Amino acid sequence: MNDLQVSGVVTSYGPGATVLDGLDLTVRGGHLAAVLGPSGCGKTTLLRVIAGFLRAEAGSVTVAGRTLAGPGVHLPPERRRISIVPQEGALFPHLSVARNVAFGLTGTERGARARRVDEMLDLVGLGGYGHRMPHELSGGQQQRVALARALAPDPQLVLLDEPFSALDSALRGAVRADVRAVLRAGGATAVLVTHDQQEALSTADVVAVLRDGRVAQCAVPEELYQRPADPWVASFVGDAVFVPGTADKGVATTALGRVPLAAAQRDLREGLVLLRPEQLRLTDPDQADARGTVTGVCFYGHDAMVTVAVDGLDAPIGIRTPGGVPAGLGERVGVRVSGEATLHTAPA
Amino acid sequence: MPATAAALLAVLPLGYLAVRALERGPAYAWDVVADARTGELLLRSLGLTAAVVAACLVLGVSLAWLTVRTALPGARAWSVLATLPLAVPSYVTAFAWLSAAPSLAGFTGSALALTLASFPYVYLPVAAALRGTDPGHEEVSRSLGRGPLRTFLSVTLPQLRPAAAGGGLLVALYVLSDFGAVSLMRYDTFTRGIYTSYRASFDRTPAAALSAVLVLMTVALVAAETRTRGRAGYSRTGAGTARRAAPAALGRLRLPALAWCSTVVAAAVGFPLATLAYWLAVGSSATWDPAALTTTALTTLGVAAAGAALTTLLALPVGVIAARHRGRLAHLLEQAAYAGHAVPGITVALALVFFAVRYARPLYQETPLLICAYAVLFLPVAVAATRAAVLQAPPVLDDVARSLGRTPLGVLREVTVPLAAPGIAAGAALTFVVCMKELPATLLLRPTGMDTLATRLWTETGSGSFAAAAPYAAVLILVAAVPSYLLGRHRT
Repeated sequence: MNDLQVSGVVTSYGPGATVLDGLDLTVRGGHLAAVLGPSGCGKTTLLRVIAGFLRAEAGSVTVAGRTLAGPGVHLPPERRRISIVPQEGALFPHLSVARNVAFGLTGTERGARARRVDEMLDLVGLGGYGHRMPHELSGGQQQRVALARALAPDPQLVLLDEPFSALDSALRGAVRADVRAVLRAGGATAVLVTHDQQEALSTADVVAVLRDGRVAQCAVPEELYQRPADPWVASFVGDAVFVPGTADKGVATTALGRVPLAAAQRDLREGLVLLRPEQLRLTDPDQADARGTVTGVCFYGHDAMVTVAVDGLDAPIGIRTPGGVPAGLGERVGVRVSGEATLHTAPA
Repeated sequence: MPATAAALLAVLPLGYLAVRALERGPAYAWDVVADARTGELLLRSLGLTAAVVAACLVLGVSLAWLTVRTALPGARAWSVLATLPLAVPSYVTAFAWLSAAPSLAGFTGSALALTLASFPYVYLPVAAALRGTDPGHEEVSRSLGRGPLRTFLSVTLPQLRPAAAGGGLLVALYVLSDFGAVSLMRYDTFTRGIYTSYRASFDRTPAAALSAVLVLMTVALVAAETRTRGRAGYSRTGAGTARRAAPAALGRLRLPALAWCSTVVAAAVGFPLATLAYWLAVGSSATWDPAALTTTALTTLGVAAAGAALTTLLALPVGVIAARHRGRLAHLLEQAAYAGHAVPGITVALALVFFAVRYARPLYQETPLLICAYAVLFLPVAVAATRAAVLQAPPVLDDVARSLGRTPLGVLREVTVPLAAPGIAAGAALTFVVCMKELPATLLLRPTGMDTLATRLWTETGSGSFAAAAPYAAVLILVAAVPSYLLGRHRT
């Protein structure tokens, strides 16, 4: 299978300005991996190293057992069988859609090439658009042609560099789903770079969170969200509520009551207990373990975020409530916890 | 490799000039330079330059603001008219004013003709900058309590500074290197001094030494302009697209504004054309020689086409490297190619004359040498066009092409050059026009008996035969107007 293996990759802009700092990443063949991180964490640099546009100072890149970059080896981009889908698609403006898709099909006989182009355009739902010019397509269509162009030569790996960020939010979800389905159907291994947590969690089979040139955590989306490796990752992948607590026999005691712990960190006796806002419920103050005062309400339509100053906690916490707004500012409410939590060492 | 060859060709005349100036010892060269006459030429050249730059800044900035930012009636038409003087060579403007009012000869006439011929060099970049500035900045300034005038002075004008300084530099270089207008106006500047001293004696050192001083002046100017750019960034900060500013109402100033625009355009374009028409009308069969005119026109087209072709070919590798590569070598190559920008035509011509006489005798006063001079002189025009055109093609397309299996050369052939082709062609057209209008280098380097439209116009005007000169001026403007027109269409 077309496994991607990146190990110990180091790049820098001169001494003291390290970008990738011994980065390791493994993606199983046929999987779609999202590389998620704040701007400046080295996401795009990683992509350029894998594609061969940047030389790593140390480390190696291997696809399907073939070493593309490593000590004494640096295959040029055109010999790596890795396709890229840049931001905004970057279709060749002087070539028709069909010729864009056919661009990577050199050495193929004409009839076969035309068939492959039709097949790819059908795959992305743009059959019959071959004669159009790129500027005659909408942003989402251009993005899908770029994907067809990348997949046409049957690459071992497809790299997508924030391919949805140029689309408006209404279109983004639909194109994202299309791209995922097409990648599935094609069976290629893919790496998607993004700074959008929702995009990473909803699209990828596995998500690698990058911080300061290293992978902070690499896990399937659900695990990443529910059992993040540390408080930083927890807050980066979603809204997080941290309350101090002590642990005993897999149960944490906090100002919000007793909460079962998911992964029992046996040697940790006290620290920060991580909860997600949707694990918290507003209740009648008389029937709850914890009580507080509503200090803020933010209505989003599908749900609302209610900020509550809980008695015994220094900072107010956020509670996500489905449907309408259940409580007004200044109202006394009760808070109840459902589900499991994780316990983390408090940052110094 | 080809880029290096182009850069070397561009720098070679300069190097040779230095050698030649010092040939009879630095002391002798210094004597020539330190001569009282040199000081006088220097003052005259600098005075003329200062006057023309100041006048061009006033004309260029005022017209740019009126056409871009105000509700001037017919703003679009005015903005086209304001660029038209570029199609009229300065010596044609000079010819027109001189033939109408011979008393203008001297400083006044030279300053007038050069200003009217070169203010578009300020107008164009300033108008572009005005179009590009974010009206948000001005709105912020207004909302913070500054009135329209203070906002213009403290927010808008500083943002125009790089554009105005760049345009002013072009004007200054144009004036310093101008030969046609000042020699027709019989105003002795450096270029005219060099020409006279070259024609007057067989001792080549004075001409070379004076040329070296002229080159130093232009280099100093370029350096000064680079310093005025300063450290501030002038681009928009933050994301989002810039809006167009709402045009300012002119109110009672509407008529004066219209009158101002009409006067400038009439003086720069209308008057020369009217004068030409007059001389064509009074021309008799004695002054009107269609056969000679046809031959001259064809010769001009031929050398200009050859010059444009060679220049574009040489510019291609330099332009691509300048656009796509960062690094000291790439920067050096680009700077070398721009050398011709700072070197007046007469200096390049002299350098090539010296070089040919010494090392390439068979080329002396032959067409290939003239073509080479055009290439050295106008390489910057073609390199700038190529570089800009290549920059238009996003580098990410190169990446995509590489990832789809193209070698770097394949990327160049299939992606970069096809995308840049319109811009490169526009650069070639522009080079063609400037080659056709070129006067001093052509005068010195043309084969004996060969005439271009420009040299013929110069000779006839010099001997006072305005009616005989007019047809050449008319054809020159007509032929130069075609690529200029196409360029204008290409841009929109």
